[in-house]
Amino acid sequence: MNTAVRPRIRASAEGMGYLASTPRRLVTLWLPLSIFLIVLLFPFYWMAMTAIKPDAELLSRDGNPFWVANPTLAHIKHLLIDTAYPDWLWNTVLVSVSATFASLVCSVLAAYAIERLRFSGSRYVGIGIFLAYLVPPSILFIPLAAVVFKLGLFDSRLALILTYPTFLIPFCTWLLMGYFRSIPFELEECALIDGATRMQILWRIVLPLAVPGLISAGIFAFTLSWNEFIYALTFVSSSEVKTVPIGVVTELVEGDVYHWGPLMAGALLGSLPVAILYSFFVEYYVSGLTGAVKE
Amino acid sequence: MLGALFMLPAALLLLMLLAYPLGLGTWLGFTDAKIGRPGQWIGLDNFSFIIGDSLVRLALFNTLFYTIVASIIKFALGLWLAVLLNEHLPFKSFFRAIVLLPFIVPTALSAIAFWWIYDAQFSIISWALVKLGWIDTYIDFLGDPWLARASVIAANIWRGVPFVAICLLAGLQTIPPSLYEAAALDGASGWQRFRRITLPLLTPIIAVVMTFSVLFTFTDFQLIYVLTRGGPLNATHLMATLSFQRAIPGGNLGEGAAIATAMVPFLLATVLLSYFGLQRRAWQQGADR
Repeated sequence: MNTAVRPRIRASAEGMGYLASTPRRLVTLWLPLSIFLIVLLFPFYWMAMTAIKPDAELLSRDGNPFWVANPTLAHIKHLLIDTAYPDWLWNTVLVSVSATFASLVCSVLAAYAIERLRFSGSRYVGIGIFLAYLVPPSILFIPLAAVVFKLGLFDSRLALILTYPTFLIPFCTWLLMGYFRSIPFELEECALIDGATRMQILWRIVLPLAVPGLISAGIFAFTLSWNEFIYALTFVSSSEVKTVPIGVVTELVEGDVYHWGPLMAGALLGSLPVAILYSFFVEYYVSGLTGAVKE
Repeated sequence: MLGALFMLPAALLLLMLLAYPLGLGTWLGFTDAKIGRPGQWIGLDNFSFIIGDSLVRLALFNTLFYTIVASIIKFALGLWLAVLLNEHLPFKSFFRAIVLLPFIVPTALSAIAFWWIYDAQFSIISWALVKLGWIDTYIDFLGDPWLARASVIAANIWRGVPFVAICLLAGLQTIPPSLYEAAALDGASGWQRFRRITLPLLTPIIAVVMTFSVLFTFTDFQLIYVLTRGGPLNATHLMATLSFQRAIPGGNLGEGAAIATAMVPFLLATVLLSYFGLQRRAWQQGADR
């Protein structure tokens, strides 16, 4: 009985496309969808092809440029051995992980305080956090550069680790506030009656229940830090402390002859870690993205 | 008391590195600060200078053009893609995961891929068009002012469509299918169902998503910095890239800050427009709030 009903419910939950005939669906659905996918994915394909193409093939106009006749790892080897690329990769990992971790700690405490401790004015603090989320880095980087300079952090990884939370905390706090709101407060009341402190409640009850929210916020914060460009471009100038996007853009591009092979290899290697991480946590990422927009 | 203690780390960080710089930025706009030299108060001089500066006016035009064109196309394509993904598909979550990829990877790195795709001598687009016999010579995508504008807008759309599509898809999934069935029984066509059911019910989330999209696009920096650095003939300079150029390589912090501050009214207008638009809608629909 149950199995007979389920397919019909599923079909109705996903629009009424099942009513359309197959040739019609081919034109209205599969054709545009495949064009979308091809356009969205082509730059990645092109990145990968260029990264493993020998220079001779890159610069010749004969043959089929969409394919590689003699794939080579020379560009990647050049990137990893002759340039500071491994340093940049390490810096990006270090900065992203530290900034994400620091932001999560601050955001958990702040979101819990706003949602559950309800101190006077907590509503306004919540609104303030949301407004902070709307402040774009491109209007903040100049004065922030002055502050970073004054603190003596210029050209250090710490400058990035401390400034990235300015756009991570508002987002994470906003997201976690929604998650904490969905946890029944009766659980906390029971614990309070049993004599637990607020810290214990947060650590033992709320956080274990909010793990999906923490993963969402963490994965989102990590990709945002990995993507960050303008702060890293402004606050850091020596090669040893650059992140991947900055290093690739400022140091692999030299003179008038562009070394497209290493450039594309750099872009590909810099995108892979975050893409792989994302592929493991797609659902969390999407729920973070849409959750923040829906609120 | 405990609340204040819990708020402390976040508040400290945000006050020191967000609120204070925001105020400092506005103040710097009224000074003649240079790199390594604190500025003197010079009143509105920076602002009257940038209003008279033809390059700033060009950058403002470019920014508005870039934002308006890119946002409209991102909205149209994003909505279309969302509707397509909302259909009954095999491997649906796989498609959804792939679609979001352009939004995940660092913009600076995908912009480099676009730079290579737009290359004057080896562009794959030119190659394909020549082979098809549609054009005779390679297109200099980033060399001609209007072509360059179109090219950077295309790259921005490529990155932005997934964001719009996935957010709108989440909105589409909240619309009860029974509405469509009722409309179909009453003889509504596919377009009518979209126009009379999907669009009205999706409006609130469209407003929020497009507000974010417009904010991101208006303040865009990386894409332009990597693809054109504002060229050719400053045709793609945006407010953000111009303010960077004046402030950091140019050393003129005050002027750069003034240009950045000049962006704020536009951002505020966008946010307020969508906020009051949504409120009016809620009121029309009889909400109590």
